Amino acid sequence: MVTGALGTGLQVIAVALGSPLLVGVMRQVRARLEGRAGPGIGQPWRDLRKLLRKEPIAAHGTGWPFRAAPLLVAGTALVVAAVVPLVTTVSPLDGVADLFAVTALLALGSVALALGALDTGTAFGGMGASREMAVLALVEPTILVSVFALSIRVGSTSLGQIVTATVEDPLAVVSPASVLAAVALAIVTIAETGRIPVDNPATHLELTMIHEAMVLEYAGPDLALVEWASAMRLSIFLGLLSSLFFPVGIATAGAGVLAVLLSVLVLVGKVAILGVLLAAGEVFMAKLRLFRVPELLAGSFLLALLAVAASFFLA
Amino acid sequence: MTDATFVQLLDLACGAFLLTAVLVLWRRELAAIVWLFALQGIALTALIVVLGARQGDVELILIGLGVGALRAGLLPYLMRRALVAGGGGRETQPLVNVATSLLVAAVLAMLAYALSQPLVRLSPTPATQAVPVALTVLLIGFFLLVTRRRALSQLVGFLLMDNAITAAAFLTTSGVPLVVELGISLDVLLAVLVLQVLTTRMRAAFGGTDLDELRELHD
Repeated sequence: MVTGALGTGLQVIAVALGSPLLVGVMRQVRARLEGRAGPGIGQPWRDLRKLLRKEPIAAHGTGWPFRAAPLLVAGTALVVAAVVPLVTTVSPLDGVADLFAVTALLALGSVALALGALDTGTAFGGMGASREMAVLALVEPTILVSVFALSIRVGSTSLGQIVTATVEDPLAVVSPASVLAAVALAIVTIAETGRIPVDNPATHLELTMIHEAMVLEYAGPDLALVEWASAMRLSIFLGLLSSLFFPVGIATAGAGVLAVLLSVLVLVGKVAILGVLLAAGEVFMAKLRLFRVPELLAGSFLLALLAVAASFFLA
Repeated sequence: MTDATFVQLLDLACGAFLLTAVLVLWRRELAAIVWLFALQGIALTALIVVLGARQGDVELILIGLGVGALRAGLLPYLMRRALVAGGGGRETQPLVNVATSLLVAAVLAMLAYALSQPLVRLSPTPATQAVPVALTVLLIGFFLLVTRRRALSQLVGFLLMDNAITAAAFLTTSGVPLVVELGISLDVLLAVLVLQVLTTRMRAAFGGTDLDELRELHD
């Protein structure tokens, strides 16, 4: 129980401090592969520090949704970081937050940001919000359904128990249900975190941007919060992906303090590897046309649904 | 082979079989579709070989390898030749757009599972429990056959149906006699050869293989 609390605290700290570094690593990998020197992996933290020192300023005519959105996004990301099994499977919060709660919390953050974007009343805000909702409408059911496919084998929707079952029987991952769910989750991870080929995090081209269009009106500390939160969401998704399908080194019930500390290192390594792979893959890919994005997401939803069907009928 | 490994290998082969069918529906490049069809042939071979190894039946394994040589080797080769001769790269404008057809495939999968429940209940072994997968691929193949415009993708739809029928036959019975399997395979081969000739003739006459253009009379 004590190690569970310790592990949960450590994973929140690791996500909060490490996620800007993850973004830095991914940008650096991308820069090197494109033949640029790159700003170094600490640049996102330097950006955040610069933004935090600026005077808080809100666009004229905006109301409380605009002000509350960055806090809600960052808050939900922190809560999710405390709940999902990244370092330890015995989080003290595990009993109150299962897979449905986690998906709902993530969706709450996205919806808050979309409302904040609508509140500015600018063309870009509305456009970004409507695009984000179009993506979200297919992303959230896919996350739910694909993790649900994994939970059928375990008989519980608690993420901690799903991961524990995989730790005890690692070969169970090599089943059609898990493979289909893994592909579906990987696609929605890319879509939800706004990476290429769904969204390009580095562009401000009005024809294509989704996430950047929503946060265009934010400045100063608010922008810092939004950027930090989206970095945290990226590392949570990558961490969840690695925990669900490759839970090596994660601390289960009865693990000692040393095992928890080791688990933090393993988590950092796994997420860094996934991030490097994602960044390297992005270099070789072009962004999809916006009208082709629903096709990709419908495909991932179908894969998730087939995963549920397979885990229900083939077992 | 222990029970657990048999079930796991069988399920993996069925999963690959299903996944390739879904990807055929998803992709537009005809070259990729032919390649995926070859992969599905390999998955079908694996399925039959696993069943044969389980029953210790050498004839079944040999039939499986023969089926694999035809469906993962010869048929894709013939289709690739037709594709190279035609030079037309993509499925343009299917009757139902790709996003919708993926969602339709989800409905078809549910339908297949609902329909095959009485069949599975007759003898609930791991092999019969995989029959819904074969039925799903059958329905997806039929959907492909109905909604695509290019001759080659319709041909792949037809062959997906045939793959699914073969898979269902091997999953429900303890082995199809060699004569029957040979007859079906030769039938399929003949159909592909005829369609290949037909495609070439169509291109010579009309300059394209969009079958919808054949509905009207031209002078």
